[in-house]
Amino acid sequence: MTADAVTTPGGLLLPLAVLVPFLGMIAGLVLGGRNAQRVAMVTIVAGVAIALGIAQSMLQSGDTLVYVLGGFAPPLGIALRADGLSVVMMVAVAVVIAGIGVYARGDFGTPDGVREARAPLMYWLLLLAVWGSLNLVFTSGDLFTLYVALELLTFAGVPLVCLDGKGETLRSALRYLLFALAGSIFYLLGAVLIYGECGTLDVALLAQSAQPGPVTWAAAALMTTGLLAKTALFPLHLWLPPAHAGAPPAASAVLSALVVKGSFFIVVRLWFDAMPALPGFAAAQLLAGLGAAAIIVGNVVALRQERLKLLIAYSTLAQIGYLFMMFPLAFDAGTGAFVRGEVLAGGMLQAISHATAKAAMFLAAGLIYAALGHDRIADLAGAARLVPLSVLAFALGGVALTGAVPSGAYLAKKLLLGAADGSGQWWWALVLQAGGLLTTGYVLLVLAHALRATADAPAPRVRVRRSQEAAALALAACSLLLGFADAVLPGDLVKSPLDPGELATLLVTVVAGAALALALGRRLPDVPAGAALAAIGSPIRRMTVAVGGLFERLDFALRRWHVAGLSLVVLTLLFAAAMSGAR
Amino acid sequence: MNAATVFGLLATALVGVGLYGFIVNPQPLRKILAFNVIGSGVFLLFGAIARRGAALGLSGDPVPQALLITGIVVAFSATALAVTVLLRLFDETGSTTLSSGPAPSASDPDPAKARE
Repeated sequence: MTADAVTTPGGLLLPLAVLVPFLGMIAGLVLGGRNAQRVAMVTIVAGVAIALGIAQSMLQSGDTLVYVLGGFAPPLGIALRADGLSVVMMVAVAVVIAGIGVYARGDFGTPDGVREARAPLMYWLLLLAVWGSLNLVFTSGDLFTLYVALELLTFAGVPLVCLDGKGETLRSALRYLLFALAGSIFYLLGAVLIYGECGTLDVALLAQSAQPGPVTWAAAALMTTGLLAKTALFPLHLWLPPAHAGAPPAASAVLSALVVKGSFFIVVRLWFDAMPALPGFAAAQLLAGLGAAAIIVGNVVALRQERLKLLIAYSTLAQIGYLFMMFPLAFDAGTGAFVRGEVLAGGMLQAISHATAKAAMFLAAGLIYAALGHDRIADLAGAARLVPLSVLAFALGGVALTGAVPSGAYLAKKLLLGAADGSGQWWWALVLQAGGLLTTGYVLLVLAHALRATADAPAPRVRVRRSQEAAALALAACSLLLGFADAVLPGDLVKSPLDPGELATLLVTVVAGAALALALGRRLPDVPAGAALAAIGSPIRRMTVAVGGLFERLDFALRRWHVAGLSLVVLTLLFAAAMSGAR
Repeated sequence: MNAATVFGLLATALVGVGLYGFIVNPQPLRKILAFNVIGSGVFLLFGAIARRGAALGLSGDPVPQALLITGIVVAFSATALAVTVLLRLFDETGSTTLSSGPAPSASDPDPAKARE
């Protein structure tokens, strides 16, 4: 029996963190109508307080918080555990949910004169359900509870896609649900095999008892691939772009910023905690290779989009790739295991930084859409005058994604690049840098369109709420200032933005990003300099556009159902082969 | 070959058949059914593992059985949700196809080209 099979002080907060959102959901359902929103607001305040309370008791005890359900110790009973990883994710999710909640008051308020409207009621209930499921993902101590949490998360996420009830979004939701179900059944099959081999599903016990062998390799490969399908890592991303782009902005923000992080977190649990010595170097290279492909394809296809929301959805695809770059870098060749350390800190920082930035970008895009009545990138002119704060929020979120000083992504990139340097895996450093340039490209492209002036002063279609703009801006600012988290890390990682080296890097990034945007962007801003450039560079541009088209067709081919289904099987086999080959 | 092995092999066959149907059948309803076939395979496998782990005079290991029940409930809810979304999709669009949109067009609406 492990030493941590007793409830620690502050452990009671863990079941509360899971239960309070679900209780809020049930109360909202029972009370109905506009009460659902009131209940949600109260629950959000309580949930943020609980998350902070957990962080507080963790800082006090300096150790993992444990709550043993019903007093039955694992392996027979179930333990909820919160280590540093869980706690930072819980706090980050609470902050993002609060920001999105403030925004959604504008979009999903029950209209006057109506007792109950379907979409607002569902939105508030599902928002709380997503939150509760995520907290269960972060605190679950065994693989089966993680499975249940994962399913809850999917069941809460899918209806968010089709809140408007239109045919196209229903189709996206069904694609998402069906593919996610394939992923979860792969995961469950893996968990069943693990139980058959090790006789326990408890993460802490598995870390001691999981031995390399055909069954554990197959199980780990099945679970990993299933989780990748739910995270939409390239090439298993068929469901993500239409689902994330078609949902209402306040729902897209939840899906893109938070829901995909749930299954990613379980991959981290599996590889770092449950069986750190099992996957080995080759499987980590494969995982990061998929991440690298996601970064390149996702970013290039994002540059080729005509609609702002689809651009952001493809950007999410690329950013998911970044999350998996940490695995080979966290591999310790000496012990043959994955070790927690600065690299893992960098990876989690990347996840949190993306969660805040992407929520801000989707919310800002929603406000731009509301003000202009469309989100065609080529016709964004005048947006900066109509909704300046929203465009600013989009810009700050975008800048944070590109990894500029002092964003969280900057610090994460520093940590990962340092590790790539230290372990001699220079090829991942190349991908990280190239991804940053492409990201800069599409952020610049959108801003170039949005900042253009129009001849006649445009009138806003609807007046956006100040509180909504403030919510988007606050989330973007969170992401941009996360770099100051380096106070807890050893060494002096964040340089002053005015440092000559940093300025040179920034200049190179912006110039290269602009060049990429000019080369690959679908519609360029119609400015005189652009026309001159286009005249000079038109042969080059024809070539680059052809390359961009190639990426688009590749993406389209991979997003066909049977190709994605086959990828699922092939990836499972590849992971199993990579794991067994490492011995 | 004991009973647990036979059931294990049957479970493997179910998973394989279900997976094939899940990937190949274009109809969402068939995919939902295929998902349930895979699910049955996984549950059967879990049952076989419970049987194999029998000890202390019990006919089976009780932990997998408890988890199995939960798994069946989850799969049932998933099926219900999927069928509901599918019915709504049919009501809204009159079709149940999952494929959406044409392939990216070769003709690029590109001002640089239009100028030539």
